[in-house]
Amino acid sequence: MFANIGEDIVTAVLQGAPPGTVYALVALGFVLAYKTSGVFNLAFGAQAYASAVLYFKTHAEWGWPVLPSLAVSVFVLAPLVGFLLESLIFRHLRTAPPVSSLVVAIGLTIAIPSIVDLALDFQPRNGQIPLGIVPNGNSVYYPVFDLYSFSRDELMAMGVATAAMLALAAMFRFTMVGLKMRAVVESPRLTELNGLAADRISISAWMLSSLFAGLAGVLIAPRFPTLAPGRFFDIVVVAIAAAAVGALVSLPRAYIGGLALGVAIALFNTFIPRWANDHSWLRPMQNNITPALPFVVLFLVLVFMPGLRRARFAADPLAGVDPPPRSTVIPAPISASEIVRRTLGTTLLVVTLIVLFTRGDSAFLYLAGQGAALAVVYLSITIITGLAGHISLCQGSFAAVGAFTTYQLAARYDTSVLVGAVAGALVAAAVGALLSVPLIRLSGVWIAIATLAFAFFFDAVMVKFSWTGAPSGVATGDLVVPRPVIGPWDMASDKSFLAFLLAVLAIATVAVMLLSRSTTGRMLRATRGSEIAAQSIGISPTRARVLAFSLAAGLAGLGGALLVIQQESVNYDTNFAPFAALFWLVLVVTFGARAPEGAIAGAATFTLFDKVVLQGTFIGWLLRSPDRVPGLLPVSPKWRLVLFGLGTIQYASHPEGVLEMARARRNRRRAEDDDHDDDHVELALEASV
Amino acid sequence: MGLGGAAPAKNGADVSAALELRRVYAGYGPFRALFDVNLTIAAGEAVALVGSNGAGKTSLARVASGLVTPSEGSVVVNGRDLTRAPAYRYARAGVAHAPEGRSVFATLTVEENLELSIHRIRGRKGLKAGLEQAYALYPILGERRQQLAGTLSGGEQRMLTMARVLVDAPRLLIADELSLGLAPLMVQHTYEALQQLRQSGVALLVIEQHVTHALALCDRVVILDRGTPTWIGSSEQARTRLQTVLHSPPTSN
Ligand SMILES: Nc1ncnc2c1ncn2[C@@H]1O[C@H](COP(=O)(O)OP(=O)(O)O)[C@@H](O)[C@H]1O
Ligand SMILES: [Mg+2]
Repeated sequence: MFANIGEDIVTAVLQGAPPGTVYALVALGFVLAYKTSGVFNLAFGAQAYASAVLYFKTHAEWGWPVLPSLAVSVFVLAPLVGFLLESLIFRHLRTAPPVSSLVVAIGLTIAIPSIVDLALDFQPRNGQIPLGIVPNGNSVYYPVFDLYSFSRDELMAMGVATAAMLALAAMFRFTMVGLKMRAVVESPRLTELNGLAADRISISAWMLSSLFAGLAGVLIAPRFPTLAPGRFFDIVVVAIAAAAVGALVSLPRAYIGGLALGVAIALFNTFIPRWANDHSWLRPMQNNITPALPFVVLFLVLVFMPGLRRARFAADPLAGVDPPPRSTVIPAPISASEIVRRTLGTTLLVVTLIVLFTRGDSAFLYLAGQGAALAVVYLSITIITGLAGHISLCQGSFAAVGAFTTYQLAARYDTSVLVGAVAGALVAAAVGALLSVPLIRLSGVWIAIATLAFAFFFDAVMVKFSWTGAPSGVATGDLVVPRPVIGPWDMASDKSFLAFLLAVLAIATVAVMLLSRSTTGRMLRATRGSEIAAQSIGISPTRARVLAFSLAAGLAGLGGALLVIQQESVNYDTNFAPFAALFWLVLVVTFGARAPEGAIAGAATFTLFDKVVLQGTFIGWLLRSPDRVPGLLPVSPKWRLVLFGLGTIQYASHPEGVLEMARARRNRRRAEDDDHDDDHVELALEASV
Repeated sequence: MGLGGAAPAKNGADVSAALELRRVYAGYGPFRALFDVNLTIAAGEAVALVGSNGAGKTSLARVASGLVTPSEGSVVVNGRDLTRAPAYRYARAGVAHAPEGRSVFATLTVEENLELSIHRIRGRKGLKAGLEQAYALYPILGERRQQLAGTLSGGEQRMLTMARVLVDAPRLLIADELSLGLAPLMVQHTYEALQQLRQSGVALLVIEQHVTHALALCDRVVILDRGTPTWIGSSEQARTRLQTVLHSPPTSN
């Protein structure tokens, strides 16, 4: 009996080692970037993807030998990407709040894979299994104690990861370069006072970290059935969990954390099915527990290890040199030109809608309906990010709660979908409120990562229960949701449902505007600058945060429900999966999270940009003939991801978004001319996110 | 009002001036901290910067070492205009700045803190000698060489900061709140080391609470008030004048 258990444990450890080293490898690279630049580089996965694709392209498709392929993809492309990212983007964000660089990294996560695909003309295809860097990597096996057999690829990845960890640790501890990098991490200014060029040091740190991303990408690829950016992003989140074990700054502990996660998952996989035989309550969960493990670990570490949150930002001793943060919101007095602009905008919108309703073909009506439903979801980002100043990466999960609730109520109890949507909003609001409680003591980047962990947890576990989605039907779209009927009014046609959605959107927009002007809105805004300051004027940050999360979750839930009613089925993977929902934040932030216009423009862009602009429909209409559209068009829909992913870069300097940017600039000039003292009180409270 | 021209004696040696601030305005974002500052420090000259809290002494020191870039005017170090240059160029031009307070790398050991600048100036071969020199100056640092600087006491961190700039043997040494937090014996050591550097031709810009110490070391005194030098004179002149200034209540901003 005992011998058996012992054997099982050893087997599990051996089994867990290869994926564990993969996690360790990514965790190392992530920690390296975090340690040396302070950037929470979620784009690490995208960088890994870039090298993996180039390796695949050169080696598998163009038939280059391994070494030149490896050299180009890992030792040339990867550091080059790091160089560009640092010198073009992150260098300029060094004094920006960490949340800004996080948002930019999210934008890059979206943009980089598309840039790579476009540049290399690459299209992920099923069954196109990535190759490793050793010949016959996935077909030659080496058994250990007759318990488990390592493939060549696995052995190679383990060897490289271990060697890389040792080399890195030695570099940091024993070399002058490593010492300089550590110095820059703590204080670029103090480093400069020592006569060392901080810029140059941090660019080499970025190149090194990016080299790691590339190496990890090429080594990991053979573990995936196909090359897809989403998988690389997933691995990064798992690796963050591993790195969190080492407080995100310790290389050896990140390595051990990665291995431990791999082994723990293997152990769970071995033992949980057996326990489930004895304890029937475990049975429905047995397949869901293990994939969720990293995310649960990450969430718990974030919530219960306060030391982690302080680890990186061990205060710069020369922080006193920085000017006080620039206030980004100038209360805008509505001017005459503003009224003209708004009137024009509204007129344009109305005209567009009239054209759409009278002339629009079915495809346009369908896309517009989708856009209207999505806009309701995006308005939830206006509340949580624009108003309350938090970056939430689980709005997709909240929307999915609304969608699943509607589906379940309709499928099981034949409830009207509209009732279902309201119920979905309420359930989502409750989930949001519950989630916000453990997050009370977190701030900034850490809220973003905790919500990301929640989104992945939801993705791995919650979606697969029979009382939410269904274990099998989540991706395939057989969770059918009917269209509503109100009395004599049947909304089966896209046109009539679009009218209904637009009405709901209008109500939601007005509600968000009213909210932002109400006392509650002021309270939410007051906490975004400084919770301590808010507390001192009698606002409870706890209440504000619970409120912000539940309102935003509720609205996202409503929007999610409307979206699946509009699409007539729950397509969880395409609509709500964590990676898909990242793009929502990117769009809203690019257009501006501060006002509802940003959310609406973002949603319109999400659904219509491809059809209207990239496929040349609009130009064709302007030129009165589809034949005269320039040969350049149609262009790939991936340009949408590139454009708006890169659009987040301006977030750091203009968190108000492109729509507000010009207006704010005008107002700032005006405000500088005639300073009003009472403005300044509000300004201080509304200091940037 | 530029009082630089009214300064007595040594600013004839403009060509080899260690530091020249010409009509400098500087601040933090929209906030202005320095107005129309003119100041020349010749090689080997020691200047004490005096003024009440918030007068702009630290800001002036930051401008002189490149940490804060002036919005107007220019900064010339050893004949080179470095106005818009990053701080490391100032350091390479021979400016060593010991900022006020605990300005050490808390996560590096004492030895690593010192190695950073010693290695740059003297190379790998000179590392050992440089470290020995620092430890001879402040023996306690030698005892703590493997300890993380963040775990040192305030006074020890101050010694570490001073050790770095003293061992640098720069052209211009700037010390902000020089002796704040140092034990009397260590203050004395530090002043002796500064005196030696001065004799070997290093220019000094000293910001100091103990004005008597500073006056004994320095040739000239600059009084800063609300961001602008209001008086420049020799130490002797300053002694009589400061009696009155220091004992009148501080000006409110
Ligand atoms: N980082 C900063 N941001 C804004 N104002 C600052 C900053 N640092 C200093 N100040 C302001 O500049 C003025 C001069 O400060 P400082 O140079 O530190 O004076 P001192 O060293 O003489 O006490 C003060 O009014 C101070 O409040
Ligand atoms: Mg000061």
